[in-house]
Amino acid sequence: MTRFLKSRMRGAIVVSLFAAAFTLTTAFSPVAQAKDTIKIGFSMALTGALAGGGKQALEGMKIWRDDINAKGGMLGRQVEFKYYDDQTNPKNVPGIYAKLLDIDKVDFIVSGYGTNLIAPAMPVAIDRDVVFMGLFGMNNNKKWKYEKYFQILPAGPEPAVGFSSNWFKAIETFKPKTIALLAADAEFARNLKEGAIINAKRAGLEIVYNQNYPPKTADFTPIVRAVNSKKPDIFYIASYPNGSAGLVRAIAEVGTDAMAVGGGMVGLQFSGLMAGLGPNLNGILNYDFYVPEPTMALYPGAADLIKRYQNKVKTEGLKTDALGYYLVPWAYAYLDILGQAVNAVGKIDHDAIAKYIHKTEFTSVVGKVAFGDNGEWTTSRTIVVQYQNIKNNDLNQFAQPGVRKIMYPEDIKTGTTKLFNSLR
Amino acid sequence: MEFTELLLNALLAGIMLGGFFAALAIGLSICFGLLDTVNIAHPTIIVGAAFCTFLLNDVFGIDPIIAGILITPLFFILGLGIYSLYYQFFEKQSAEALRGLAFFFGLLFIAEVVMIMTFGVDHRLVSAPYIGNSYTAVLAGMEFAIPYRLLAAFVVASAMAIGLQLYLNKSFFGRATSAVHQDMMALSLMGVDPVMVKRVAFALGLSTCGLAGALMIIVIPIEPAVGRFFIGNVFAIVVLGGLGSISGTLIAAFILGIAESVVSTFFGPSWAPAVSFAILLGVLAFKPTGLFGSGDTR
Repeated sequence: MTRFLKSRMRGAIVVSLFAAAFTLTTAFSPVAQAKDTIKIGFSMALTGALAGGGKQALEGMKIWRDDINAKGGMLGRQVEFKYYDDQTNPKNVPGIYAKLLDIDKVDFIVSGYGTNLIAPAMPVAIDRDVVFMGLFGMNNNKKWKYEKYFQILPAGPEPAVGFSSNWFKAIETFKPKTIALLAADAEFARNLKEGAIINAKRAGLEIVYNQNYPPKTADFTPIVRAVNSKKPDIFYIASYPNGSAGLVRAIAEVGTDAMAVGGGMVGLQFSGLMAGLGPNLNGILNYDFYVPEPTMALYPGAADLIKRYQNKVKTEGLKTDALGYYLVPWAYAYLDILGQAVNAVGKIDHDAIAKYIHKTEFTSVVGKVAFGDNGEWTTSRTIVVQYQNIKNNDLNQFAQPGVRKIMYPEDIKTGTTKLFNSLR
Repeated sequence: MEFTELLLNALLAGIMLGGFFAALAIGLSICFGLLDTVNIAHPTIIVGAAFCTFLLNDVFGIDPIIAGILITPLFFILGLGIYSLYYQFFEKQSAEALRGLAFFFGLLFIAEVVMIMTFGVDHRLVSAPYIGNSYTAVLAGMEFAIPYRLLAAFVVASAMAIGLQLYLNKSFFGRATSAVHQDMMALSLMGVDPVMVKRVAFALGLSTCGLAGALMIIVIPIEPAVGRFFIGNVFAIVVLGGLGSISGTLIAAFILGIAESVVSTFFGPSWAPAVSFAILLGVLAFKPTGLFGSGDTR
């Protein structure tokens, strides 16, 4: 045999040995062993405008994962996460979920944080016909009517309307006649404003200003002046963190005669902005879901969970929201509900799991949760808080009762809604 | 009267906002306008300066504007380093400016990740007695209110523009910087090292990020990715003002600030970006070099 042929044969043998070794090792590799785990895939805003919420949500989810794994996992298998940063950019979301389902082969998907990041994932979930748990999405299922979608947002069966209806009830005693509405030009905020318009019309209010603003707006003083020129009795705002902070500052600088200001201002629940804005927040009447008021004991387990989260942030030096009130209980709950449903059904059958979730009232850290046909909660539990008695920029005051007093619902209220300027 | 009061307040707010935009764009006017380096990472470096300002304000209680002045030399040194790298890997190889864009894109992402890992992703604000308050005056029965934080941006940006313009006109290095923009070969034939001039000029452009960052965190809350919001704005201002013209950058910033403010007040905020970029396109259609450009139609 020639030297050339011998070297070719040697090469072929070596390649064959490598192929065999590769096949054998992958048969026992961690990827193969991962079939023993249940993989839950999701995108999450770990950078970008909503990262303040996304990161705390992720930590809440990790606490759930550790808890359920300590109890034996789902279907007797340990739970592992597969997640990617969507950068608060909706354009990144479809590709992420396609990858999770088609390449990473996750067993379940749940959503990232917020309406804008859930909406682009819906077509992927529907196409793959899988259960899809949503975290704080506004009306994402209105168009699709997807029977396997379930939402953790206590806004009730008509979320766009239910989200703001309690706000309007909280200011009934002011007997307003006119309203100004302003929303960020983004899906959540626009949906919220549409719901507020319905509530405003039901309350017989005349709309004197109704505009959207680009999310990149740097200065809000011209907008606030334009609103003031219409002399509204109340000023409803649906905004994202940058806009929420900008508007709070602009209102502090320019002033307003409105009796009530606030509504759907996302970001004022984040520690960084609460501490940064400090006394400028006094008088703002805004939505929230969980605050450290004594009447929030109606959510068993939430206070304890938040303490665990706050300790985790301190001991691990996590660069995330220091308090965690806004998202941690809800991020824990939406996975907890999925886990309860999967364990109850006893197998990975998305049709059966969806049917089970539809017919069950769950007990979770955020109380009793039941879902309607559209996947939204059957009852609204959005609370309305008014910022009062904020003295300075110290974050610790926001961890105490008395600063975010609950104005509505009546059965858990801890304060009375006061005129905006009376608290400035 | 109400209309007049609203209009005058909108104009004032627009000028103040223009000052803020000018502070963000002025360094880029040197880097991109004069030196042809497409430093797309400029707004992100400003965010880095904003975080440094936040640290000094939060830990030591230093006023944000003072903090901005204190960190300016650091960004000058950073500019020297960045330009040295850029020159070594791109300009020395005679690469076109657009190829250098990849370098600055990489710098943008690295800077963002470093900020995320160092400071986290939460929004940050600074506190100072003038933040959240306004200067108010009543004239001819009309009330005017200028937020101090925007007034600070206007004053500082104007001072930076005047200072830089004087430097470019009166100092040796300033004239050399203008010369390197016009004819690098002629400059080197006169015995001046154009690479050294460009390095110092780039560093000067980047040093403006110190104060610009301080103004940014005074005006808006910051998080690591917020610089991306301003990339389009700052390049539009530099191009509208005319490449290489500091005074042009200032005027262009005022024009766009006033346009945004007036449109937001009277026609709705949604229209503001469209009107701003329509102004840019309109000016370029009639004067491709920008308002005060020198004839280079890059």
